[in-house]
Amino acid sequence: MSAVFDPLLVTVLLVNLYVLGASRLRGVIGATAIQGVCLGILAISAHADVTVEVVVVALAAIAIKAVVIPRLLTKAMRDAAIVRDVEPLIGLLPSLVIGALGTVFSVIFAQTLPLTPELTGSLILPSSFATVITGCIVLTTRRKAITQVVGYLILENGIFIMGLALLDVLPFLVEIGVLLDLFVAIFVMGIIINHVSRDFGSIDAAELHELKE
Amino acid sequence: MLLLALILIPVALGAGALLVPSPRARAWLVPASAVVHAALTVIVVLAPPVASLDGWVAVGPLGRVCLAIVSGQYLVCSFYVPAYLAARPERPNRIFCAALIALNGTMALVVLSHHLGLMWVGIETSTLATAPLVYFHRTPQSLEATWKYLLIGSVGIAFALFGSFFLASAALHNGLHTSLRFEDLVRDGSRLSKPWLHAAFVLLLVGYGTKIGLAPMHTWKPDVYGEAPGIVGALLAGGLTTCAFCALLRFVQIMNAAGDGGLARTFLLAFGLISIGVAAAFMIRQRDYKRMLAYSSVEHMGIIAFGLGIGGLGTYGALLHMLNNVFGKGVLFMAAGNLHRTYGSKLVADVTGAIHRVPATASLFLAGFFAITGSPPFGLFLSELIIVRAAFRAGQYWAAGLFLGLLAVVFIGMGGVVVRVVQGPAPAGTTREREATLTLVPAACCLAIVLVLGLYVPGWLDSALHAAASFVEMRS
Repeated sequence: MSAVFDPLLVTVLLVNLYVLGASRLRGVIGATAIQGVCLGILAISAHADVTVEVVVVALAAIAIKAVVIPRLLTKAMRDAAIVRDVEPLIGLLPSLVIGALGTVFSVIFAQTLPLTPELTGSLILPSSFATVITGCIVLTTRRKAITQVVGYLILENGIFIMGLALLDVLPFLVEIGVLLDLFVAIFVMGIIINHVSRDFGSIDAAELHELKE
Repeated sequence: MLLLALILIPVALGAGALLVPSPRARAWLVPASAVVHAALTVIVVLAPPVASLDGWVAVGPLGRVCLAIVSGQYLVCSFYVPAYLAARPERPNRIFCAALIALNGTMALVVLSHHLGLMWVGIETSTLATAPLVYFHRTPQSLEATWKYLLIGSVGIAFALFGSFFLASAALHNGLHTSLRFEDLVRDGSRLSKPWLHAAFVLLLVGYGTKIGLAPMHTWKPDVYGEAPGIVGALLAGGLTTCAFCALLRFVQIMNAAGDGGLARTFLLAFGLISIGVAAAFMIRQRDYKRMLAYSSVEHMGIIAFGLGIGGLGTYGALLHMLNNVFGKGVLFMAAGNLHRTYGSKLVADVTGAIHRVPATASLFLAGFFAITGSPPFGLFLSELIIVRAAFRAGQYWAAGLFLGLLAVVFIGMGGVVVRVVQGPAPAGTTREREATLTLVPAACCLAIVLVLGLYVPGWLDSALHAAASFVEMRS
């Protein structure tokens, strides 16, 4: 584990809190792009020996999480000409508090699990759990379809961090498969958002309530 | 090679369908691909080939049964597609056909994967392949359904990935050099780290349970089954749930190998009963007959989970029920699709007395209802009876009693809707309409299969199911 490791993970955690507290959608999308860059660098620095496969995974992660998806979301935002506010269902301050509590819980939970020597004292697991929790908060408390996609992306970022602890066992094919599936899923979601804005006149997921009992 | 062909041929044919200029030819490519796939499946099931890709793709006792179920149902249902699409010549079907054909390959990937990561990729890919199928009608409602399917499905599958990483950590902890192949995870079962394994199982149950549609992770199901074309509903409720159960059973097996089978069964029993209960509650006074079928699917996923939760004979019953359910759902969804097309509505208020307008479809719908609610002599009666007997034998009297009570509620709730749709007063001026043969024959075939399974379970099928049940429960 190199020296840049913990500062990068702290950056990821700070981005989580920023996302929970931010009111502007563009800022939220930009923040997740920063998170994507951090994950790419983490993926390289986690390896003792840097092979071609490691570089490919890291570059793919940066390309997909930090460039392609944020641009896709920004474009969807512009095409749909949406109001730029995040529109949370609960206040920004409460969601920030829940996020902070989630981070504390993550640290405690990670300590209850038996850890391999390399992971003891490392921030990998707590930041992974905290990022997953942040993703879930964004997914459940934001009204806009596009913000829910951001929540899904953050959730996947958290799982990606956990993957860093498993580098020795996770095969290249699986890592690339996971990234590719993430990309296609969000790409299709982007298409749907465009159709939603056309059919419903807004991309408010709260508008999507015609189907119910 | 044969195993890879099962996965890659449909994907290649699906890509090829994009290039076919004629919509009619494209539609016929679906059953053609299904015939090829089913023929390969028969060869694989009769003479299991050696594993491919370093043991990542293989066929074992469980995969054999699931592959046969998935490919078999796809074969029967695929013959419905040309007539279905011919009735909608105005709708572009290029992407629909391509995704439908490729779906068969992605489902084969799930059941044949013997690697933790590869199986996850298979499940995610099958979800993505079905998204355009759900959106076929291009209405705002179907768009909403597709959105929910994709978002809730993706989040569920993300949890499954998280759980897979926990399982990998469980293997890593004791310094095991694991390959993440299921064979190795099962072999090292007793040496897996318990806290990691238990957390992994919960996450995997929630994740793959979302794909299965166990309550309370079922919320996408009524919307998606309600809006998707009938044929897609049949495949979602049939093949895809079988794939997701196959995935879950891999982890039940690992829990059994670790000596924690009891914990896994407790969870499955609870989720099973909750699912049947939720389905029963929402089926009473249901106003939409396609949504009703979705709750019926939640119910049957609950029954399978319940059987697995009982264990022993219950596991055998659950696997038999999986087979029965797939074909029972085939009858109902294809008949419901015909009704929807005839009446242009899926509200029970608009569709009554169908027996006077489309007698063959209405008869199939009624017979399908009796089959799916477990009336004798259909196969579901047999598998439900086996599960209940296993529950009593295991001393789970309360659970068995609750199970029977809820099934009775489901029967009454669903019966009210179906009888009204089929036998209710027909509006004045109703005349008999011509029904396309190819929209009836596949549904009738499904019904015949469920009927035969109720009267006679062939010896080879019986031993294959027993082998799969023993495999999952680590009894040899």
